[in-house]
Amino acid sequence: MAKVLVVTSGKGGVGKTTSTAALGAALAQSGQNVVVVDFDVGLRNLDLVMGAERRVVFDLINVVQGVAKLPQALIRDKRLENLWLLPASQTRDKDALTDEGVGRVIAELRSRFDWILCDSPAGIERGATLAMRYADEAVIVTNPEVSSVRDSDRIIGMLDSKTVRAERGERVEKHILITRYDPARAARGEMLNIDDILEILATPLLGIIPESQDVLKASNVGTPVTLNNAESAPARAYVDASRRLMGEELAMVVPLERKGFMNRLLGRRAA
Amino acid sequence: MSMNLLRLFGGRNASAPVARERLQILLAHERGLLGQSDLLATLREEILAVVSKHIQLDPDKVMVKLERGKTVSTLEVDIEVPNNFDKDRKAPGERRMAG
Repeated sequence: MAKVLVVTSGKGGVGKTTSTAALGAALAQSGQNVVVVDFDVGLRNLDLVMGAERRVVFDLINVVQGVAKLPQALIRDKRLENLWLLPASQTRDKDALTDEGVGRVIAELRSRFDWILCDSPAGIERGATLAMRYADEAVIVTNPEVSSVRDSDRIIGMLDSKTVRAERGERVEKHILITRYDPARAARGEMLNIDDILEILATPLLGIIPESQDVLKASNVGTPVTLNNAESAPARAYVDASRRLMGEELAMVVPLERKGFMNRLLGRRAA
Repeated sequence: MSMNLLRLFGGRNASAPVARERLQILLAHERGLLGQSDLLATLREEILAVVSKHIQLDPDKVMVKLERGKTVSTLEVDIEVPNNFDKDRKAPGERRMAG
């Protein structure tokens, strides 16, 4: 049965789009049929992170408004044949999305895919509420930093009250994904540690993505980090998180950067 | 544990315990506020519905306020009614109800 998963956070810049692309690619790599949907109307970026920015013809708004059919707007990934992108519009604003229209598109996507990953815009306004509206599950992307944790708490409250599932008296299954984590700084007490964040948010953990230069490198070239460098620490962390989404139980470890021999000898960070 | 004690135990660089304590205090407060605003909106709506059965009311003139005190909290309901609301009824009533 298809699952609709919203990737959300409240706060901007914490890694929603990176995480949507990486989790989508990881799920597709394990054989699932996946579509990633950009809900950030007016400020779309998922197309860029996926490397499909020059292939956008129609978008989510066109489909919601009936200007284009869904198959016309879906873009197939160049690397994985079972990974698709439904881009957002860059020229319209969020008011062009209607609750009913989004519901229709999500229902159609459910009949075609195993996973529908909705990349939410930042904030708590219309775009964000519509991105979570039809979700069965939610990944709340959180940085180990006070303002991000506070906003995550707010978003958790909205997932429990403003979604279709919540209104039916059902639950949206929620997971925390901690990104930009630096284990060394957390150990020195300079950064909120995992247990602090989980205790404060009272929500189970999906994964820990370590702070890494590989994330920027992957977005520079328009490739999800799990595809760009599968051996990198963030890629391995995202793959683990995707396997947990599919129900596997894996030990929670923070993958470390693997330093090359010469780098280790010279005491340099692996670039 | 006080923030100063946390600083003492964690060493000079351990700012994370401060972050944790600030967040816990803030979120306990904000969750309370959000829950409260929902409760007050519900109360206001239901009180308005009950009173409207008997008196025609301007919905904007119904105020519901909750004040939390240390030992006792009060729920204040202030409803402004039109001057002639009881003209069809025999019992004299107050022009304004507060309680």
